[in-house]
Amino acid sequence: MSRDSVVRIDWAQCDIRLELEPFARACGVEAAFVNLLVEEGLVRPDGTPWCFGEADLARVRRIRRLQRDFDADLQSVAVMVELLDEIDRLRSVLRREGLEP
Amino acid sequence: MEFKDYYKALGVERSASDADIKKAFRRLARKHHPDLSKAADAPARMQEINEAYEVLRDPQRRAAYDQVGQGRRSGERFEPPPDWGSGFEFSGGPGDGFDAERYSEFFETLFGSAQRGRTRAHGGARGFESQGQDHHAKVMITLEDAFVGATRRITLQSPELDADGQVHLRQRELQVTIPKGVRAGQQIRLAGQGAAGVAGGPPGDLYLEVHYEPHPRYRVDGRDLYVTLPVAPWEAALGAAVEVPTPAGTLEVNVPAGSQAGRRLRLKGRGLPGAEPGDLYAVLQVVLPPASSEKAQALYRQMAREMAFDARAPQGGER
Repeated sequence: MSRDSVVRIDWAQCDIRLELEPFARACGVEAAFVNLLVEEGLVRPDGTPWCFGEADLARVRRIRRLQRDFDADLQSVAVMVELLDEIDRLRSVLRREGLEP
Repeated sequence: MEFKDYYKALGVERSASDADIKKAFRRLARKHHPDLSKAADAPARMQEINEAYEVLRDPQRRAAYDQVGQGRRSGERFEPPPDWGSGFEFSGGPGDGFDAERYSEFFETLFGSAQRGRTRAHGGARGFESQGQDHHAKVMITLEDAFVGATRRITLQSPELDADGQVHLRQRELQVTIPKGVRAGQQIRLAGQGAAGVAGGPPGDLYLEVHYEPHPRYRVDGRDLYVTLPVAPWEAALGAAVEVPTPAGTLEVNVPAGSQAGRRLRLKGRGLPGAEPGDLYAVLQVVLPPASSEKAQALYRQMAREMAFDARAPQGGER
């Protein structure tokens, strides 16, 4: 069964600002896990109540993938995530200089 | 549907021990994990490895798989036996419900129905409503699309139970119009376009992550663009008005006199469009004319004689 629908995206849908519960659901994790990541300083939401953006979404999903696929504890994942962020930053410099596609 | 050889996917023998299977999975995961590998096929490879490991790590699933898999080869046509699943009790859902939409039809048929069937029956009995899962998908656009907006057709797959309790992968096409100015890495939330809700609960949401196809000319950094601008030595030295290509058309810019290679000319607001548009940087590349004719060689010799220039002395030129 196939259903074709047309969705017109507006800018409101591009501005991801989620509170804890919908954010946890979007990441596919329990709210308690998000709490733990905030406590550990791996995710830094804005304001009160917490507000999470698209960078947080990408980060938590990455943490969860790494934790699941390597059976790694949170501290190891924290190191991996920080190294990967650094690699991303270096790659973007290389890209900007035209040294990497 | 095609038979999947999970042992082959992990590169292990059918007699492999649990420890061997775990070791093989870890080794392949380090190589193909999409967070660690930039290869284009990394997500697909990882999905294959994950699915194989999901089955082979679990003694009940592995035993059931071995029973149906006897004498079969990868890619062979496969239909599950009519008595499939009897005598086996699968504990735990596939991947704890994580990215369940990413398992193959083969996996869903063999291992999806038992779990989901129970969940639904259980939920229904208690009148328990819950919101459907949120799904995630990627959408590829070109840089030119980002300047003018684009329409993309995306195919979504999700497992679904039919009236007989059989699992099918349902394909759904969604046509999305993407507004101009979307960044690479931008997340777009489409409310209600995720998985169907359970027992009358509301559907989940769909998140689209925007990716750019690599561009032969422009480099992208957030909302800013970088383009290499080749200039002749006299254009850099004396200044010149030259044409710079931008995704929105060609612009004329002034190269200031005394420019060196690597100098960045900022074209304010000529990057990605938006409420706060990005900038475009033209990075100068000084190209030397070849000294291939006698005339050219004579000119270079004349410069060497008359300019008193030491390329290795500290440079006073602006960068």
